[in-house]
Amino acid sequence: MPAPLMTYLVIPLVKIVVILAVVILLAAYMSYFERKVLAYMQIRIGPNRVGPRGWLQPIADALKLLVKEDIVPSRAEKLVYFLGPVLVVVPALLVFSVIPFGPAFKVAGHVVTPYLTDVNIGILFILAVSSIGVYGVILGGWASNNKYSMMGGLRSAAQLVSYEVPMGLSVVTVLLMANSLSLVKIVEAQQRSGVWYVFPGFIAFFIYFVCGVAETNRNPFDLPEAESELVAGFHTEYSGMKFAFYFLAEYANMVVISSIATVLFLGGWLPPFPNALAALWASPALAWIPPVAWFVLKMAAFLFVYIWFRGTFPRYRFDQLMALGWKVFIPVSLVNLMAVGLGVLLIGGPR
Amino acid sequence: MNAYIPVLLFVVIAVAFPLVTFVFAWLVRAGRYDPIKVEPYECGNPITSEAHDYRFSVRYYLIAVLFVVFDVETVFLFPWAVMFRKLALFGFVEMLVFIGILVVGYVYAWRRGALQWV
Repeated sequence: MPAPLMTYLVIPLVKIVVILAVVILLAAYMSYFERKVLAYMQIRIGPNRVGPRGWLQPIADALKLLVKEDIVPSRAEKLVYFLGPVLVVVPALLVFSVIPFGPAFKVAGHVVTPYLTDVNIGILFILAVSSIGVYGVILGGWASNNKYSMMGGLRSAAQLVSYEVPMGLSVVTVLLMANSLSLVKIVEAQQRSGVWYVFPGFIAFFIYFVCGVAETNRNPFDLPEAESELVAGFHTEYSGMKFAFYFLAEYANMVVISSIATVLFLGGWLPPFPNALAALWASPALAWIPPVAWFVLKMAAFLFVYIWFRGTFPRYRFDQLMALGWKVFIPVSLVNLMAVGLGVLLIGGPR
Repeated sequence: MNAYIPVLLFVVIAVAFPLVTFVFAWLVRAGRYDPIKVEPYECGNPITSEAHDYRFSVRYYLIAVLFVVFDVETVFLFPWAVMFRKLALFGFVEMLVFIGILVVGYVYAWRRGALQWV
């Protein structure tokens, strides 16, 4: 086989298939994990009928949604109604093309990179692609020609754009320290300086994660879906596979936000204190842990926090939500940005 | 640019994935047409008006305009942050001026009640 074909077609194809399979399974099992954890938080058992301990529940749900009747409202805009779920799910999956799950390593003389590609504008690519999801939400809500959907879609769009600004500002705080847009380089910069960016940038980290929760429409910011007032908001009219894709996109987006938070603030695949405790991590007792395991561990911790939020916080009111985004997060993240900039300028920052 | 070839491939497969699933679901799913089923959901009441005729708050437009202003500002910050160590004090002071100008507009919008939802 000619070498370019191998480099540009076969290897990426294999990686894409693996990434897609893992992300989709992870998103499906996230629903099981969520139901189970919420159940234990509320002293219930949760799903336990399909398979041992309910392990096959997501598979059963997927099969059910696949064979469910697909109802298209008679007054809906047919084409846009169909485009909605596609526009939501494609960006959610596409973001995974630049997320580095681990460092490059060598197998039998070949360098293997456990990520699809490392573009030099990685984080900008992620921000640009993930904002496309707003179109799917607002178009889906509008095309349903249902009052609840329309309100949910509008609210969701307003919420998404409001929280994108402080989110972008807290990402810039990381860039100040890392001086690169490439996600691989950001992790390598944290390795060089020996400190995760969560320590110098803990305010940015907090704002990033809370904005991430708002961006994924999760509790306590799940106003677009507020069951009690908007009957599930923008996807009221969706059924069958189209509903499944909205659902998949929501959970995939949670994985996306957790992954990016891991890469930007928790050092991606690095163990805690990679330089100060280097001897400990290299010791025979712990050296067998692959870097990818650290990545997965941190990401899973974020996913758990998502569910923890849902089990703990009551929902915000819409005006409180907008006030939090525009009147608290934007000024705080601007001040924090300049403070971190001053720190980098005066003491050289984490190098 | 070679780093983008896998991304392009991913776009094709990511778009194909929902489309193929829709076709497959279309083949296997149940379906029985009923004129009542395809009515928009309105808690069981007869539909009195189109949702598209429904008017919504002008504040949504206001939020959109504010978003454009602040998002463009964030985009300006990206190249600045990447070159920050090279620009050093000059870059820092310049960005202070830039954000200062922006804060004036922000305070104005706040005082005029543009950020007030109710």
